[in-house]
Amino acid sequence: MGGIPHDHYEPKAGWEKGLAKRLPIVGLMYDTLMIPTPKNLNWMWIWGIVLTFVLVLQIVTGIVLVMHYTPHVDYAFSSVEHIMRNVNGGYMLRYLHQNGASLFFVAVYAHIFRGLYYGSYKAPREITWIIGMLIYLLMMGTAFMGYVLPWGQMSFWGATVITGLFGAIPFIGEALQTWLLGGPAVDNATLNRFFSLHYLLPFVILGLVIVHIWAFHTTGNNNPTGVEVRRTSKEEAEKDTLPFWPYFVMKDLFALAVIMAVFFAIVGFMPNYLGHPDNYIEANALATPAHIVPEWYFLPFYAILRAFTDEVWVVQIASFVTGGIIDAKFFGVIAMFGAIAVMALAPWLDTSSVRSARYRPMLKWWFALLVVDFFVLMWVGAMPAEEPYNTISLIASTYWFAYFLVILPLLGVIEKPLARPATIEEDFNAHKAAKAGSGEAAATPAE
Amino acid sequence: MFRTLALSAVAAFGFATAGIAAGAYDTHIEDFDFSFEGPFGTYDQNQLQRGLQVYTEVCSACHGLKFVPYRSLSEDGGVGMPEDQVRAYAAQFEVFDEEIDDFRPAAPADHFGESGLDNAPDLSLMAKARAGFHGPYGLGINQLFKGIGGPEYIASLLTGYTGEEKEEAGVVLYENTAFPGGWIAMGPPLEDELVEYADGHANDLHHLAEDVSAFLMWTAEPKMMARKQAGFVGVLFLTILSVLLYLTNKRIWAPVKGKKTA
Repeated sequence: MGGIPHDHYEPKAGWEKGLAKRLPIVGLMYDTLMIPTPKNLNWMWIWGIVLTFVLVLQIVTGIVLVMHYTPHVDYAFSSVEHIMRNVNGGYMLRYLHQNGASLFFVAVYAHIFRGLYYGSYKAPREITWIIGMLIYLLMMGTAFMGYVLPWGQMSFWGATVITGLFGAIPFIGEALQTWLLGGPAVDNATLNRFFSLHYLLPFVILGLVIVHIWAFHTTGNNNPTGVEVRRTSKEEAEKDTLPFWPYFVMKDLFALAVIMAVFFAIVGFMPNYLGHPDNYIEANALATPAHIVPEWYFLPFYAILRAFTDEVWVVQIASFVTGGIIDAKFFGVIAMFGAIAVMALAPWLDTSSVRSARYRPMLKWWFALLVVDFFVLMWVGAMPAEEPYNTISLIASTYWFAYFLVILPLLGVIEKPLARPATIEEDFNAHKAAKAGSGEAAATPAE
Repeated sequence: MFRTLALSAVAAFGFATAGIAAGAYDTHIEDFDFSFEGPFGTYDQNQLQRGLQVYTEVCSACHGLKFVPYRSLSEDGGVGMPEDQVRAYAAQFEVFDEEIDDFRPAAPADHFGESGLDNAPDLSLMAKARAGFHGPYGLGINQLFKGIGGPEYIASLLTGYTGEEKEEAGVVLYENTAFPGGWIAMGPPLEDELVEYADGHANDLHHLAEDVSAFLMWTAEPKMMARKQAGFVGVLFLTILSVLLYLTNKRIWAPVKGKKTA
């Protein structure tokens, strides 16, 4: 696979040959597990395994939770309490599932920003990137609908606010919103369909994950240098790569164990830290919470949604030009989805011929600013919609768009990239020499 | 660069969506020192039993605990009442039984009653439904050190009456330094020596408030001790596994990196 020359599975015993002729499943597994992987991958390449693991964790805990949960407005909240109080180990299942969502997003953001820094989205990996973005969108949908299921105050009002976004679409919005909710407001019909979709979408994600892996197994992994693996001969390819098993499996498992230790500390000692206290109050359509806030992982995009108010001149122009069809609310919705769309378009917006920001002296700083920007957006997203937060979120939102729409296209033209290593082997050996050099000097001063 | 990013990802945990805006009124939540705080904190069984007494004699007049079954009073890691005492405790109350279409004395399998007053919220989950601490700048990072502050909020509320009253639209409101907005419809429910403890434990307002708040933390999170134990075992085993995997990984990579294997 990957056009990288390597050894393939050869069935030896008679039954192996027989099976391979009928179903080449062993060969598929062998090729997947033994795929040549650039040997200079750093610790930012562990998030894929973490994500796969969390997906399985969420599906397994979720399936057991469903056995005890009741998707009905009168029973949903108390059935969650039933899980917490009466089901054997139910409190662990539910806290694992609840905090698993947070771990999922920590990992996906690390994974996405890794891709942005090392130019993993660039040709020939655009399809991997686009599928990744689809997975991310589905993850957000799944997480949002899952958050509605406990039927607490924040579940209910979060659902009301977010489905209200569809109501902002001109002409068809109201009808669309009613159709999505199954009625004029968030109610039992909404809870039921969200439950159904919350169960379905993870399996769609699972399917897309397989396609995601298939795609990058076809192109081969990117790596911190962005330099491709040599494919001219098997000997050269083997100097640049190592098989996934055991080298990267062990490395990834080690990282996963460390992350799971931190995760278990959170689940065991502070499981509600990332949640919202209001969601321990049963949903009440007559009492609006003082402050409706989405979960932390939605905050950056929630901030972008709220940033474009009537006072912003871009919004005023858009409203004037379209004769009022695009108002501030609809503009915000466009901006929120646009923020993800520009990210998905990164492969075509980035004009530089160099993949990795390691050799892009200017992009490095703009990227660092983007990371800061992301956290700033996360912070203002949790703040009430008042000054100075409005101005901060407008500036931060503008930078988000500027990074993708202005900086990425421009830098390719004006930036002078640094010299890159000719091969992955060269990069790997340079790192090895740097580490070994300092180690040996300390160990054998007499020589 | 990416080491920074990895750290930032961990720091993202810090950005909890700390909630309720304090509003114009400057509320104050005292950081009470509870026995169940921190990774190794446990419930104080005596305190929970005192808190149950305060709830039964005072709070239950208006507030319910509809998610809490009486039988859970005898569970481990909680109030820890003997089963016969639980049976006797439950029998003091009456529940409506649909099968006989009449009231009967409650059994351990029944739940505590619902709130008797319309505007008195159910207290089962109150200690998790409120956050005492939000700062700094609404980031909620101090919750890492102080806890989320639900029981602190309840205790601060119970001790936070200033004695001022006002009447608004026919409702008497009481000034309270912990309640958002500063004015609460509930009159001061506790006072010094309102409840007499059998063991002669101090029963001033501060202690009564603290005891009942601890009890309400238990009603909100009855499995806390089992959960912390599971967390501890999980962290311990995963740490050992991490060390083993670290050594395995190092050994596997040693020849590739040109190092001697041990």
